[in-house]
Amino acid sequence: MALYDVIFYLFATIVLVSAGGVVFSRKMMYSAFSLLFTFFGVSGLYVLLSADFIAVTQIMVYVGGILVLIIFGVMLTTKITGVDIKSGTLGAFQMGIAGLASLAIAVFMIIMSMNTQWMQKDPLAETSTTVEAIGGLLFTEYLLAFGVAAILLLVAFIGAALIARRK
Amino acid sequence: MIETYLPLIIMLVFGFGIAVVFMLLSEWLGARRFTPGKVSTYESGMPPRGTARERFSVKFYMIAVSFIVFDVEVVFMYPWAVQLGTLGISAFIAMMFFIAILFAGYFWELRKGGLDWD
Repeated sequence: MALYDVIFYLFATIVLVSAGGVVFSRKMMYSAFSLLFTFFGVSGLYVLLSADFIAVTQIMVYVGGILVLIIFGVMLTTKITGVDIKSGTLGAFQMGIAGLASLAIAVFMIIMSMNTQWMQKDPLAETSTTVEAIGGLLFTEYLLAFGVAAILLLVAFIGAALIARRK
Repeated sequence: MIETYLPLIIMLVFGFGIAVVFMLLSEWLGARRFTPGKVSTYESGMPPRGTARERFSVKFYMIAVSFIVFDVEVVFMYPWAVQLGTLGISAFIAMMFFIAILFAGYFWELRKGGLDWD
């Protein structure tokens, strides 16, 4: 159990520190690169939850794809790379409202996670991979969801093409 | 479960460690003699000109979106591939439909010239 705990706190530290880097970094590009480590750490946490397929998908899609898209998005925007993002320019009133809203969400989430019946499982007992089970269910019980995913991807592709070509 | 990932963790620790050690070593052992040529931005040996903070073409975005769409397609293929033997022909046809739907979008984009670079 000690090894499990050490690895969990290692990945949790990576996630929290790099997420802090995303939020507190003054430069957009530094935030984007910090997000890379956040995604990586979350994928480590997925592995600890015995969700190996989700972990690999996290690395492939988020680290490999979404992050590239975010960085391209930054580069496509005029002069955003040089802009300093300063939270200090906000007024006290706006900061108060934002702080209260964040506090309310945090309290709500803490209460919710305390009251949820979490599934308790010995993390070291799980040995098999989840890919086979996902494959079996995806092509029998959840075939419709699989088809809808195809349509969703098609819509995303064509929508991006239409928006990109307009100018 | 965790033991099977131990080689991966060892590899990550060593990879990170070696990178840090080499950075510190070069910082410690390396001579620091800065000349104007050394500290300037590397631009394939040519004198750099203009700013790097330019607005990039929106075509890059289109390439990135295409990459993500087909990336997700490949993600769906992994569970399909390991279970194809037990699921049989129906799963094969389902995946062919999936690929056909995505390739319809791809060929539409290709025919409209959205991926032309000119």
